[in-house]
Order: sequence, then C-alpha cells, then structure tokens
Amino acid sequence: MAITREGMTVSQVQQELDADKRVFYEQLQGFVGLQIGPPQPAPDEVNIPMIRHLVEAVGDENPIYLDETAARASRHSEIVAPPTMLQAWVMHGITPRSNEGDGPYEQMNRLLFSKGFTSVVATNCEQVYDRYVKPGDRLSMTTTIDSISEEKTTGLGTGHFVTTRQDYWDANGNRVGSMLFRIIRFRPAAKSKPKPPRPAPATTHDNSWWFDALKEGKLLIQRCKGCGELRNPPHPMCASCRSTEWDSIEAKGTGSIHSYVVTHYPVVPSFDYPLPILLVDLDEGVRMVMNPIDATPEDLQIGRKVTVEVHKCDADLSLPFARLAK
Amino acid sequence: MKTSLSHSKVKVGDQLPGLDIPLTRTLIVATAIATRDYQEVHHDPGLAVERGSKDIIMNILTTNSFVGRYVTDWAGPDALIKSVKVRLGAPNYPGDTMKMTGSVTAMEGKVATIAIRGANALGDHVNATVEVELS
Repeated sequence: MAITREGMTVSQVQQELDADKRVFYEQLQGFVGLQIGPPQPAPDEVNIPMIRHLVEAVGDENPIYLDETAARASRHSEIVAPPTMLQAWVMHGITPRSNEGDGPYEQMNRLLFSKGFTSVVATNCEQVYDRYVKPGDRLSMTTTIDSISEEKTTGLGTGHFVTTRQDYWDANGNRVGSMLFRIIRFRPAAKSKPKPPRPAPATTHDNSWWFDALKEGKLLIQRCKGCGELRNPPHPMCASCRSTEWDSIEAKGTGSIHSYVVTHYPVVPSFDYPLPILLVDLDEGVRMVMNPIDATPEDLQIGRKVTVEVHKCDADLSLPFARLAK
Repeated sequence: MKTSLSHSKVKVGDQLPGLDIPLTRTLIVATAIATRDYQEVHHDPGLAVERGSKDIIMNILTTNSFVGRYVTDWAGPDALIKSVKVRLGAPNYPGDTMKMTGSVTAMEGKVATIAIRGANALGDHVNATVEVELS
C-alpha cells in the first residue's frame, strides 16, 4: 500500500480531497440564485445609429432594421433592432468597470480564485427573445447567478462552469428577452510535455569523483592532506597551503541557509518556476549550492536550518537538496 | 422587398446556403466596437498577445449577430427569430475565414429549428441552434 509522507494511505488522501471538493461545491452553491448588483440601465434608448453601425459591420442586409418602407410592410410594421443585438444595448462601453465591488459575483470569483481557478473562457450563450426591441425602447438588465457546476475537467483544464442569467426589461417592466451566459473558471491544464532532464554539470578530472559519490548517495567534502582544510567546490589545489594532495570526508548533511536567490527568468524548461537556489553553510564549514526540496520561496529565510538529502535527478545525475528543518 | 421563405416550403433536412465570412482585422475591430465591447482582446493585438491569445479575436456578440444574419439571409425579412443558442469553440482570428453552414433539424408548425456551424481553420468556432418562426 502506498503511504504518503504524513502517514496517510493514498486512498485516505483521495477521500480527504473528495471531501474538500464537496465542501467547496456546497460553498459555491450558496451563490446560486443571488442577484448581481442593481438593474443596469441601457445608456441610450434603442436607436438607429447603433443599429446601422452593427448591421453594416456584419453585412446584414435584412431591410427591417434600417429601411422604413420595408419595415412597415413586415410583420413588425416598424423598424426593429436585430434580436441578436440584445446584449449590446446594455454594454457599459469603454469606461473601465471597477472590479473592487463586494457583491455576490465578486465574492464567488474570489472564492474560485482562491482555489486556483484563475482562468476564464466563455463557453455558451443562449438568448430567448420575448419580442424584438425597436427604436425608442429604454432597456435595463438584471443579472442573477443561475447555476454553478461541480468540478469538471475539460481540454482547457479543471474548473467550474458558472452560468449567469440576464433578463432584459423595457420601461414598462415587461421582459423583452433573456440570456444564459456560461463561462468556465478553470485551473489551466498542466503542460503535458515531459520536462527535459536537468542540464548536466560540467564534470572534469578534478570534480567527477564528487558527482560519482553522489550517484551512490554520498555527499563528500574535499579535504586537504597538507593542512586538513575542507573545501568546496572540488578543485585541485589547496588555497591555504598549496598542496595538491587531498582526500575527502562524508558530510553529516546538516547546515543552514547562508543566502538564496529566487529565479524567475530566464526559464529553463527542466525547472519549475519561481526557482529558489540556496547557498547552504554545511556544519563542517563549507558552502554548497543546491535547490530546496518541498519548499516555496516564502518558506526561505537566511539562517534557517536545513538537512541535506541526496536525490536522483535522472539515470546519470544525483544532487544534494536542502530540506528545511521544521 | 425581398420575399420571405414560407414554412410550407421548408422541410427537415433542408440545407441552408453556405456563407463565407472573411475575418479581416477591420471586421473584428468594427464589430467589437459596434457592440460596445471594448475589451482589449478584441482590438489591441499587443495586449491580446500579453493575455495569452495569438492575436485579437472576434467577440461573442458578433458571433451571435452573424448567426442571426445567416438565418435571415436564408429565411427573409419576415422571419421571426425566437432564440439563438451558441456553443463557442475555436477563436476567430484575423486572416482566417469562417465558413457557415446550416440545416433544418425540426419543423413544428411555422417554427423551424436550424443547426448552424461556423468553422474556421482551427475547427468549429461556433455551433448554434436557432428557432425561427417562418412566414
């Protein structure tokens, strides 16, 4: 049976994840049925100039939208707007809309965002028309959260479908049309391409013995045979006594963070970013460069104790990694 | 005035004539602005790329407008569109062509149900179902 680090079986972990998802789904359902903000009035009444701009742009030659004579002869007896233009009448235009509101929609989005569902794509739009609107109609729109799906996985990633319902009203309070608008808020799918192996270190006659020992799981420190000084990285001559005679000792694997950087750029495809790189003071007194393991940049702190573990990166490479002490 | 198609002339399985929409940059920008949709991804190529899109893309309100136009081009000015339901797929980028095709999938009295597909080089941009009352 597979056991995770915390001592739970894999199926126990799965059950916990499923329970988390159920709780989250129930939380989301609390938003269903809520109205988003007050009714939104159309900035202008339905008008011929806006109709003209749109039907010209899409090349719609249906004469009932602009030609009064043709419109009079039609079932409408007067000029009407294209029904599919319904949404355009209430669009808020170029002025940026504040995203800082605290209505149910913003709260729901924040909740989804907090679980990593940060991307959004519209998937469906369904309009039903009660009547065609005509120049002079003064419209307004109300929006409610219609439904929120369970967690679903699509080609885009994993997320929740959120459907809002817009109802469009005339000045007399009669509905002229309604719309269901569905988006998916999702966590982008991880790139399926396997990561290329870590770039191989430049090994030479003077340092290959150190990498060979790592492959056997041993972290060695070079020691001068002349004066006994420890040194790292491996090199042929002692900087203190100039002896070229040396041997090595095995490191205890304890130390602390001397310094670190968090790399964002350039991105090398073998690594996950942001990529922390540590300079670790080993308790023996030498410094060594390594990546941390199971740590985010926020966990890092100069002086923090670490234990050093040797891990296999691929068939030809093993390296030391620092695990932060609790 | 152009005559409208009578429901008595329409039966399930009828194909609508195809319509090719060349997706020029001007079309994508002009239709976005005509629908009062000023989201940068519909007119600003630089910002569209920054937000992860290959280029600017047609907005949904315009897709709806083309679906409406496609039906009344065929059915004539006296057709009354009752509902338009679209499922969105591959984006409409400038330089591509959207090829619209459609067929009658149901007739109930005067009301025809039309299934419409708008395909571009990447796949289906839109699959739509329109209910339209014919004359």
